[in-house]
Amino acid sequence: MLSKMRPVLLIVFMLFLSGCKVAMLDPKGSIAADEKHIMLTSLALMSIIVIPVIILAFLFAWRYREGNTKAEYLPNWSHSTLLEVIWWSVPCVIIIILGYITWTSTLRLDPYKAINNPAKPIEIQVISLEWKWLFIYPEQHIATINYVEFPVDVPVRFYITAEGPMNSFQIPQLAGQIYAMAGMQTKLNLIANELGIYQGYATNLTGNGFSDMKFTARATSRAEFNQWVKQVKSSPHQLTMNAYNQLAQQKDNHAVSYYSFAASDIYEVAMMKYMMPMPNRGEAILSNRSHDAGKKHV
Amino acid sequence: MFEKMLLGNLTLQAIPYQNPIIAGAGIFMMLVACIIMGSLFYYKKWTWLWREWITSVDHKKIGVMYIILAAVMLLRGIADAVMMRIQQVMAVGDSTGYLPPEHYNQIFTAHGVIMIFFMAMPFMFGLINIVLPLQIGARDVAFPFLNSLSFWLAVVGAGLVNISLVIGDFAATGWLAYPPLSELAYSPGVGVDYYIWALQISGVGTLLSGINFVVTVFKMRCPGMTFMRMPIFTWTALCSMILVILAFPVLTVTLALLFLDRYFGMHFFTADMGGNAMMYINLIWIWGHPEVYILILPAFGIYSEVVATFSKKYLFGYATMVWATACITVLAFIVWLHHFFTMGAGANVNAFFGVATMIISVPTGVKVFNWLFTMYKGRIKFTTPMLWTMGFITTFVIGGMTGVLMAVPAIDYQVHNSLFLIAHFHNAIIGGVVFGYLAGFTYWFPKAFGFKLNETLGKYAFWCWIIGFYVAFMPLYVLGLMGMTRRLNHYSAGNGWHPYLVVAAIGAFIIVAGIVFQIAQLIVSIKNREQYKDHTGDPWDGRTLEWSIPSPAPFYNFAVTPIVNSRDAFWEAKQQNILQEKTYEDIHMPKNTSAGFIIAMLSGLVGFALIWHITWLIIVGLVSVMTAVIIRSFHLDIDYYLTVPEIEKLESQS
Repeated sequence: MLSKMRPVLLIVFMLFLSGCKVAMLDPKGSIAADEKHIMLTSLALMSIIVIPVIILAFLFAWRYREGNTKAEYLPNWSHSTLLEVIWWSVPCVIIIILGYITWTSTLRLDPYKAINNPAKPIEIQVISLEWKWLFIYPEQHIATINYVEFPVDVPVRFYITAEGPMNSFQIPQLAGQIYAMAGMQTKLNLIANELGIYQGYATNLTGNGFSDMKFTARATSRAEFNQWVKQVKSSPHQLTMNAYNQLAQQKDNHAVSYYSFAASDIYEVAMMKYMMPMPNRGEAILSNRSHDAGKKHV
Repeated sequence: MFEKMLLGNLTLQAIPYQNPIIAGAGIFMMLVACIIMGSLFYYKKWTWLWREWITSVDHKKIGVMYIILAAVMLLRGIADAVMMRIQQVMAVGDSTGYLPPEHYNQIFTAHGVIMIFFMAMPFMFGLINIVLPLQIGARDVAFPFLNSLSFWLAVVGAGLVNISLVIGDFAATGWLAYPPLSELAYSPGVGVDYYIWALQISGVGTLLSGINFVVTVFKMRCPGMTFMRMPIFTWTALCSMILVILAFPVLTVTLALLFLDRYFGMHFFTADMGGNAMMYINLIWIWGHPEVYILILPAFGIYSEVVATFSKKYLFGYATMVWATACITVLAFIVWLHHFFTMGAGANVNAFFGVATMIISVPTGVKVFNWLFTMYKGRIKFTTPMLWTMGFITTFVIGGMTGVLMAVPAIDYQVHNSLFLIAHFHNAIIGGVVFGYLAGFTYWFPKAFGFKLNETLGKYAFWCWIIGFYVAFMPLYVLGLMGMTRRLNHYSAGNGWHPYLVVAAIGAFIIVAGIVFQIAQLIVSIKNREQYKDHTGDPWDGRTLEWSIPSPAPFYNFAVTPIVNSRDAFWEAKQQNILQEKTYEDIHMPKNTSAGFIIAMLSGLVGFALIWHITWLIIVGLVSVMTAVIIRSFHLDIDYYLTVPEIEKLESQS
């Protein structure tokens, strides 16, 4: 029996081995770590009910099978106030505990909430384009495609919008996701507590190029980050408004690219152009709009 | 110019003959249709088909036709599923598989739409149609003609989805067609239009059915059948139909707004000009979440009937079951936001909807305990329906657990849009809905056809389904935790996802084997129907009224209107040897009508014309639908009486 099972067991074992890459169980930032912790706690809490139910199901099925005439048979027994009170109240208690965890954790892990950390957060604007991620560093005046880098142990604040269909922005090992929507801004705060390279995903269907719309996030030391900014600054490409509009109109995937300069109002313009009731007049207004005016609107 | 007037946007290019997969599928479909049509001509069965089935208003026949529709659509849906699993096995690393994204995206959209709207919904309506009037001692539903119309509207909806395979294309937007992706700007083809009109037309049918069954339960229960004596399946079906009445108008309005956006350049959900896609996402889930309960509640009812019958016990905690069902019905409407915690709602809003979602698990958990304690101190017979129920209890609690996990916003941020979510809802829908309907199918089959299904093959099918389910979907839970997004056409090799996807594909094939066993079961059972014949009308030692009449049920259902004095009325009657006196009275019966079929087909024509912008056909079609409805409304010769001598003659034959 066992020898027959061996190949099967081997396959199962190998599957678990390759399971080392279970991103959500291997968090590298405090937000993701908290989320993992909540997941495991909830799982344990619910197991209090689920595991006995599965065991009881098999137990009752076996004990009260038709062939077992020794077992008691009570065809008319169909009510017990005590039992019913028990199984209304036990799940209620568990849900109350879980509800408390849910309520507090939702407030604590609100993606819009700034992370409690003395370091000054780094701000990155994200635009989901068809089908590539554009990252703009407003303080450094640089931009990148499908690659984002930030220093470790420094809070990162993403401002996220989209041109094109709705998308969703996620780096599983650092934090959960948030939607990216045209004409709107969402925010995501996260922090990396370990150096490393993390996979970033576009998790919402955006059309044909969706599957290749991935990005890499790298958490580095402050010095390395500054070095990297310098490297980007030496790139020959510049993201002017014209270059941006061309980029937004190309419906394709894109290799990782660096822009040594990014016009300061790209993010606002990209977002605000969907908010104007009249597109023609809107563009005229937009061209006169300053950097700050856009932010007030959101 | 003339062509444009005549055919709208329809051109020869709309037929994807150059794509071998689609062309093959199209040719196969037409071949099957030709064989069916040909054999109907050969055996001269057209008039039989028309008189006995197409124009029938008998709830049992309509139920059977619903289930045939569901079975055909299940085959289409599972074919889509297998194609997706093969694609994800092949498309690793440099390979992009055999399905380009524009085709693959249509397949997963069609899979979802077909499985929910044209497999699960017809299957549910089929079972409710066959069983519910019998359980409450009624002779038919409240509005037999509407029932026929509802069914044919569902057929038309399913037809449009399948026509999209060979003429034009289907939506490539995911099964809920989120804008702005489903707006004209990003989906300029006819795919989304097929989606809109398939769902609009079948949705009207669903709404009519909902009204029909609620009125049936309220007005047509036999004497003595108080609400708290109704069989639990009738209760759950009633709650499900109330959800239909409340939820489906929302779907209709939402899709109507999307239609206005696409056809008249309006801006309800567009990204620009003040449109708001978030509105669509809210609206569609205000329908979509109750939809899940519309499907699962009747399944809960089936398990309750099956577990009581085969444990030979009263259902434990009947009143609790009713109240738990009612709780779920109400709560179904206040949790929709948990489908998009990640859309940027405030923490308090997310927390409220998270906790509200968890509360649903309490009445659901209570139901599970009641089923378990129905088995406790029973005499359990492990027939196929009972196996499905056991499979459900053990599988569904896992799905429920992962569901509650995702109700915690902090966890949902991580697993939303991942394969974890896919695994969860398949866990709930296969382990909950499909297992339940298949249990009900096997359980009530003798009542509809007069013979039982082969048990051995049924058990093989069950084991393939349940093993296949675990092999196919447990890896998806892991993949979700690994970060694999849903709807991926291809992925890089370094993620370590490939082995899991291979296992999942094997699981899909095991489920296919289960379906093959079910087809074999049907064929073998039909061949040996004399051997499996149900002579008593009560093959399982049943408890409720449907087992008190012969199998197959006569077209007038009950020769004598039953009088009920307790819950599980038939079981009580058997225990106390109560025999109701057989004093026959004339039975009021509805006449067959072709109106339902004709109105539905004309609606289908309007739908097709709308999809292809064929203006004259839209107008002609709409006018004919209106005319047909008006003519039908003035048609007064719609019923007849089955006289006492006729009943006596029919009863003595059986």
